[in-house]
Amino acid sequence: MIDQIETGARVNQEAKRGWVLVSVPLFYTILLMAAPLTAIFVFSFWSQDFLTLDTTMTLKNYREAFSEPLYAELLSRSIGIAGAVTLVTVVLAFPVAYFVSFHVAPERKSLWLFLITIPFWTSYLLRIFLWKVILGFNGVLNTSLQGIGFIEEPLTFILYNANAVVITLAHAFAPFAILPIFVALEKIDRSLLEAARDLGENAVMTFVRVTLPLAMPGVVAATLIVFIPTVGDYVTPRLVGGPNGLMIANMIQTQFLRLNNAPMGAALAVIAMTTVTVMALLLLAATRKWMRGGGR
Amino acid sequence: MLRAYVIVFLLFLYAPILLLPVFAFNSGTVIAFPLDGFTLHWFAELAVTKALHEAVVNSLIIAAVTAVISTALGVAAARAGVRYRFPGKAAALGLIMVPLVLPEIIVAVSLLVVVVQIMGWDLSMGTIIAAHVLICTPFATAILNASFQNLDPSLEEAAVDLGESRSSTFRLITLPLIMPGIIAALLISFTISLDEFIIAFFLSGSEPTLPVYIWSMLRFPRLIPVVMALGTILVVLSVLLLTLAEISRRRGLRRAGVKDKGGFL
Amino acid sequence: MSLISIENVHKHYGDYHALRDINLEVGQGEFFSLLGPSGCGKTTLLRTIAGFEDVSSGQVRIGGASMIGVPANQRPTNMVFQSYAIFPHMSVAENVGFGLRKSSLSGAEKATAVGEALEMVGLNGFGARAAHALSGGQRQRVALARALILKPKVLLLDEPLSALDKKMREQMQSELRRLQRQVGITFILVTHDQEEALIMSDRIAVMFDGKIAQLDPPPQLYTRPANRQVAEFIGVMTFLPGNRRADTLEVAGLGHVTLSPDQIIGAEGDVRVGLRPESMTILFDDMAAEPSNRVAQGTVEDLAYYGDMTMYEVRLAGAPRPVTVSMRNLPGRPVLARGDAARVVWDPAALMAFGPVD
Ligand SMILES: Nc1ncnc2c1ncn2[C@@H]1O[C@H](COP(=O)(O)OP(=O)(O)OP(=O)(O)O)[C@@H](O)[C@H]1O
Ligand SMILES: [Mg+2]
Repeated sequence: MIDQIETGARVNQEAKRGWVLVSVPLFYTILLMAAPLTAIFVFSFWSQDFLTLDTTMTLKNYREAFSEPLYAELLSRSIGIAGAVTLVTVVLAFPVAYFVSFHVAPERKSLWLFLITIPFWTSYLLRIFLWKVILGFNGVLNTSLQGIGFIEEPLTFILYNANAVVITLAHAFAPFAILPIFVALEKIDRSLLEAARDLGENAVMTFVRVTLPLAMPGVVAATLIVFIPTVGDYVTPRLVGGPNGLMIANMIQTQFLRLNNAPMGAALAVIAMTTVTVMALLLLAATRKWMRGGGR
Repeated sequence: MLRAYVIVFLLFLYAPILLLPVFAFNSGTVIAFPLDGFTLHWFAELAVTKALHEAVVNSLIIAAVTAVISTALGVAAARAGVRYRFPGKAAALGLIMVPLVLPEIIVAVSLLVVVVQIMGWDLSMGTIIAAHVLICTPFATAILNASFQNLDPSLEEAAVDLGESRSSTFRLITLPLIMPGIIAALLISFTISLDEFIIAFFLSGSEPTLPVYIWSMLRFPRLIPVVMALGTILVVLSVLLLTLAEISRRRGLRRAGVKDKGGFL
Repeated sequence: MSLISIENVHKHYGDYHALRDINLEVGQGEFFSLLGPSGCGKTTLLRTIAGFEDVSSGQVRIGGASMIGVPANQRPTNMVFQSYAIFPHMSVAENVGFGLRKSSLSGAEKATAVGEALEMVGLNGFGARAAHALSGGQRQRVALARALILKPKVLLLDEPLSALDKKMREQMQSELRRLQRQVGITFILVTHDQEEALIMSDRIAVMFDGKIAQLDPPPQLYTRPANRQVAEFIGVMTFLPGNRRADTLEVAGLGHVTLSPDQIIGAEGDVRVGLRPESMTILFDDMAAEPSNRVAQGTVEDLAYYGDMTMYEVRLAGAPRPVTVSMRNLPGRPVLARGDAARVVWDPAALMAFGPVD
């Protein structure tokens, strides 16, 4: 009896220290994230007419969101663009991660990662704006291609449409995709690959049957890390998307800052977030098999 | 083959940044090829734009305060995560990391709703700082996690064994050994806050931050070359800051006698 | 009176019972070892003495004073950690002098104390070195000097030699022993290496599963193990099945033996008969068997050649498994090969019968 009480006291003391420490950042996150998210959820059931806020609970916003084709189109376009961005980014990033993990000397690896992450840390707005400069009618790409005589007329399908958004976002999120894949590749026991080769698999089969499955946790992480924030991106569609490249975040912003219809904006935000969360969970469920073996 | 692809990919990554100085020093007012001639005019214009200076000062204040608070919160979270066992730990630490994957627009509008519509407060630099701390804390926590993990717990026990108290041990042993991590966390949080646009766009009142100011400049074609000059300076500065952070991180690893395993994330 | 006394100590980690009713006394100036396999609770016991773990129940006294509730920084113990825990951001001298920070000594006196401590461990003139520029053996010495400078009543060492290579380990074993005699401080050493414990200790507590199985000086541990587990853990012992009724033992391959009381451990019935390799010899032509010894016929099944000696695995006629026999390789004496016939001489007074329940 006494044993248990005293052990309990000891455990409680350690647990208490841990809780005291974690409570400060935790409280902050709850106050500034969890509480506002709850608020926005509640808010989405209210309504607003010009400046007067009506706090009676109603499904009006959701009904409007689901009946007005514009919203559905924006949401599906956001998801389509985010999906394309994710696919392009992950496919382009994989060979880079593979190269750094398998073909770079260990002591040079962190230098390579540093090189890859630098562009990501430099002004977000300007990076996007510069894609407009690169892809524009008189942009760097068109003038260069015309200069070398590769094309006669400037290419127009690369700016002010969804293509431009995909290119720009793929650029912005490249490091986010490379890093988790790299981490997963680094965890692969190199002797496993040698064993596979030893058992008579050729290089391609070794890659397909050993490396790729073991890298899956990284690929899934990369997919989520790219997909989730790109669905909600605002600046890229505004700058390079043109009228047909706008996404759901632009509409949310419009509702909040232009139309003064915050409850409608809140409802759209809730719908977007729910959709993304459901899709993320579906992906995780679908890839459970892959994640178990290679996870931490 | 693979190497060539990676080099092309790096070119793709660096293309926008490399173009910045090209147009910043170009005397033509249109941002397109061919180039006109060399000029420092756009940089000179930066020096006399008063609104820009105010925005820079706002951003620096916000970034500095954000860096200090998020690093402090990161120290607490990382220390609790690495050192203590307590019920609900995984959930608590998981929640702290969630802002990392939350679209910024969601953070922005949800805080906007709370601050303006529910609390009825005015937007200010304070609201931006509050939101920036939220998104920077996960980064600081991740960096400091690595620092605490590399810290052999028997070092702290040895100090206690030799007569030091809990607090003097933290001061004499723990703090100096995680200092490189703290510096890296400060620099990273500072850089993120300095560059953050969407949240600042939604939550800034009458005091715009630098990215918000740049956004307003982008609407005027006349000002674009000036923006390019400004961007050039910003790129140089952030590369400098990041290099410092990286050096600091590596020094920390070396000090702890740990093999380097990769970058910040 | 003993310096350290541990009475009825239990330690629980949640549901896990890590220490079960530990009782022991360690005298002033003794070199005491805690020996046992991985996970048996040696480190946990050491840490309850140091004050890094509270006991769940029981009493820990040092110099007669109860240590329950006394934090580590107020106990008259110092510790050498397995990882050495050298502060990497400090010089060797700063490390060694760390414990003097709060003492009333003047700066010059502290410097002298540090110098003496370094000299004691053979690190003269290393004071200004950076800690991370030291070899494993040097770190070990710095950790020792740092712990001894406070002149603790007890020095606690948690597997201090396990990170060193074999040569270095052997050198440090004798040096630790010398140091302990020189300073006269009580040492409590944790190790999983039975040879190390036997070489260094005045007394050894052998632990299994959180319990002390036997507490004795090395010779008793080796010749009079309290049970089969201890016998197997200390040195080499081979077992043959047997059956015991009172003092009469029937052993497969060896026949009838009449036992003296101190050869009997545990209950009668089906027993396991333990034989040490050095208690048997293979009879070569140049030797004559002692009259009290007996001879059994066998075949060499396997052997390991060590240079100065050879370990043979000999299957005795009628035994279900081979016994291990060690032989010195004297000049002119042949080394047998697999399949050779061997006559094994064995001493009936040297075997032990371990009862079925122990
Ligand atoms: N803080 C803890 N929480 C839970 N269990 C623990 C804790 N510390 C130790 N244990 C458990 O108590 C048992 C004894 O651990 P201890 O470290 O004392 O073993 P040891 O004899 O020193 O082994 P080794 O030779 O491997 O160091 C182990 O099974 C271990 O898992
Ligand atoms: Mg141990």
